[in-house]
Amino acid sequence: MVHIKRLQEDGIDNIVIIGEIDASSSIELDLTIAKSVGEKFTKIVVDCTALEYISSAGLGVFMSYIEEFRDKKINMVIFGMKEKVANTFGILGLADLLHICNTKMEAKILVNELSV
Amino acid sequence: MRTKAIIRLAFLGSIVAWFVLVFSDVTVLFSDIKGLQPDVPLWLPRVMLDLFVISLYYYYKYKIEKDEGLNFTDLLWKVFATGLVVTVVSLALRLILFLLGDTKLPSNVIFVDIIYQVNLALLISFLLAAYTSWKRLILYQKSKWLIRMWVVFELSLLVVLVYDSVNFIVGEAFSASLSFALALLALVLCGNMKWVAYLNFKQKWTSLLLLLLTFFYLGYFFYTVSRQSDFISAQSGAFLDFREHIFNISLFAFVVTYSVFSFLVILFNLPTSSVFEQKLEEVVNFQRISQSIQTEQSEESVYNILLESSVSSVFADAAWLEIDGTNKDHRLFTYQITEKEATDIRDHLKNKNVKGILDQGSDRTRNLSSHLASLKGSRYRSLLAFPIIVKGQTIGTLALLKELPEGFNKEMTRIVSTFSNQAGISIENFRLMEEAFQNERYKEELKIAKNVQKSLLPDRLESDSDFEISAFSESADEVGGDYYDTIRINDHQVALIIADVSGKGTTAAFHMSQMKGIFHSLAQQELDPKEFMVRANQALIFCLERGSFISATYFVINTKTKTIHYARAGHCPVLYYSAETNSSGYLKDKGKALGMIKNKDYCNHIETNVLSYLPGDIMVLYTDGITEAKDQKGEEFGNERLAKILCETTGKSPKEIQDYLIHKLYEYSGTEEINDDYTTMIVKFR
Repeated sequence: MVHIKRLQEDGIDNIVIIGEIDASSSIELDLTIAKSVGEKFTKIVVDCTALEYISSAGLGVFMSYIEEFRDKKINMVIFGMKEKVANTFGILGLADLLHICNTKMEAKILVNELSV
Repeated sequence: MRTKAIIRLAFLGSIVAWFVLVFSDVTVLFSDIKGLQPDVPLWLPRVMLDLFVISLYYYYKYKIEKDEGLNFTDLLWKVFATGLVVTVVSLALRLILFLLGDTKLPSNVIFVDIIYQVNLALLISFLLAAYTSWKRLILYQKSKWLIRMWVVFELSLLVVLVYDSVNFIVGEAFSASLSFALALLALVLCGNMKWVAYLNFKQKWTSLLLLLLTFFYLGYFFYTVSRQSDFISAQSGAFLDFREHIFNISLFAFVVTYSVFSFLVILFNLPTSSVFEQKLEEVVNFQRISQSIQTEQSEESVYNILLESSVSSVFADAAWLEIDGTNKDHRLFTYQITEKEATDIRDHLKNKNVKGILDQGSDRTRNLSSHLASLKGSRYRSLLAFPIIVKGQTIGTLALLKELPEGFNKEMTRIVSTFSNQAGISIENFRLMEEAFQNERYKEELKIAKNVQKSLLPDRLESDSDFEISAFSESADEVGGDYYDTIRINDHQVALIIADVSGKGTTAAFHMSQMKGIFHSLAQQELDPKEFMVRANQALIFCLERGSFISATYFVINTKTKTIHYARAGHCPVLYYSAETNSSGYLKDKGKALGMIKNKDYCNHIETNVLSYLPGDIMVLYTDGITEAKDQKGEEFGNERLAKILCETTGKSPKEIQDYLIHKLYEYSGTEEINDDYTTMIVKFR
């Protein structure tokens, strides 16, 4: 089960993921990011500090937005991943295609830098 | 066949008995008048009468009583027909007498006696026919006590019959009390009128008519036979008046009593017969609604049945049924009212804030006529509305209208409430069935996917003098597919692949078959693993959906150069045991999964790696189902544990290593049901 929250501050959309992302809850993640894109946010940070596990479906969600973000000049930074989760991203090679940081502060700085 | 024979025999028997009766009675009478001693015994006429009665009894028993096909009105018609026949015959005799006029014959006692006997026989046969029919009516709804009473009654009649023919005299008090008991019994039996309730209005009128005619016949015969009997008695003392036979009187009284009772009961039930018919129709309608789930194809037919049934049971002038369908579509079924009128009334009441129409338990018969009257152009003055409830939610409204004010009573409310409840249940069942059906289809789909996955895996693996391979794969339901395969490229090169498709169900199975096709076609081209991956990626861009990717590792083992060339596309890192250093470790390399980079740029994200192998080396390929398997505490199996297990079994064959690994895996997770696909392919070099 997953619980996804959105917080907007300083023009950045904070998406906070709590719990596990499996095949069915990945749809919720997809919808949340879609909503963010729809509301014309160009700076998105994803808080994964409370993310316990992510399945291939969840990874697929992140993967599917890479091209769209590039076209629409949206920047997304993911931060706070647990070691297991980061490992999964690393093996797949998704880590290189996405921006990943350790802390929220780093993420905000990075996303602002990218948007310039 | 047997019945027919008995009927004929009985009829024949009665005819014979009657002839003997007539003969003997005439003889006795003649002898008496002439003052002679009769040649026949005195008891003969009486015994013959008994036999006559008994034969006729059996005749009617098999003709009427045992005939299954007769319903109530048929029985009455039979009695009427018999009565008609005997009356006609009797009237014919009257006619003959009349035609004979003042000649000597009509005044001859013997002649009159014969006529009398004929009439008496006709009367008795009519009485017996009626008696048998009444018996069927009385015993329509049998109960143990009723049967017992009837048997006692019939036996008593038989006893009385026999008593009449023998000269056995019992005391007056005794016979009086017996007669009283018999009469009482007969009265109780005559109280069984349940068959009347089952007649409809028309049948009741027909029955009344038939019974009236029966009274006429009985009256006529009684009069005729009595007259003739009086005439003969005046002339001869030996003549026994039929009225002195207790049997005749009892039978006559019984038939008359039951006819009278039936007549009165039917007559007084006429005003209420419509209610019975109504009740019967309600039950039939109720059954229709509750069975509509099996017999009907759609929710709509249930609604139509509900509308029809409700309208007919309360005699409504118009009705409508509003339903919020499963797909939020709004439907309106109307009866004798236009859609516009219906919506007008509904909106009008809503505007007037008339509450409590749809609440369960509210007094629905409240007078809404004033509200309805205020709506221009509406001719209705009474409204009865019910909610249709499915799974605790109101999905619609049934509204019944009448032009009369206060046209609905509590009874009607009760009936329609039952209907709408049952309709709600039927619809709920209907929707549950649909859901179950969908679930079945989904499960079928998964079964197909699982079978496809299984069929795509190879049944035999390539082997070589240089290495031995063993592989194992198990899929969980609802999870994406693992794939592995081997192919011999030429005499010194063998290609291996292990892959994991993201997604689940049928989509994953299809992607797996695409991967298999790509593997088999590209591997033959003796490509460098990086090139293999680049081309595979290019092919898959057009097949994979948004958010889907495939992780894979592709190997080419060259037994001439003793090297392994491979490319890892986002798949779990290869575990390699080196016999020389007696240590195992994960190979370091880079590569993104297939389908992530949807253009030619992918070639910058994948590389070929090379290593040489020595005899005793072991390569373990696996999917994340192995390393991510959780134990009871939720901890993952992990890469370290896998490496350690490999080290424990380096001397064994690939199959043995595989079995040991799987065994350890089950042991770790505490169950053989791993919640993911898991695959291992173990290559041992020799």
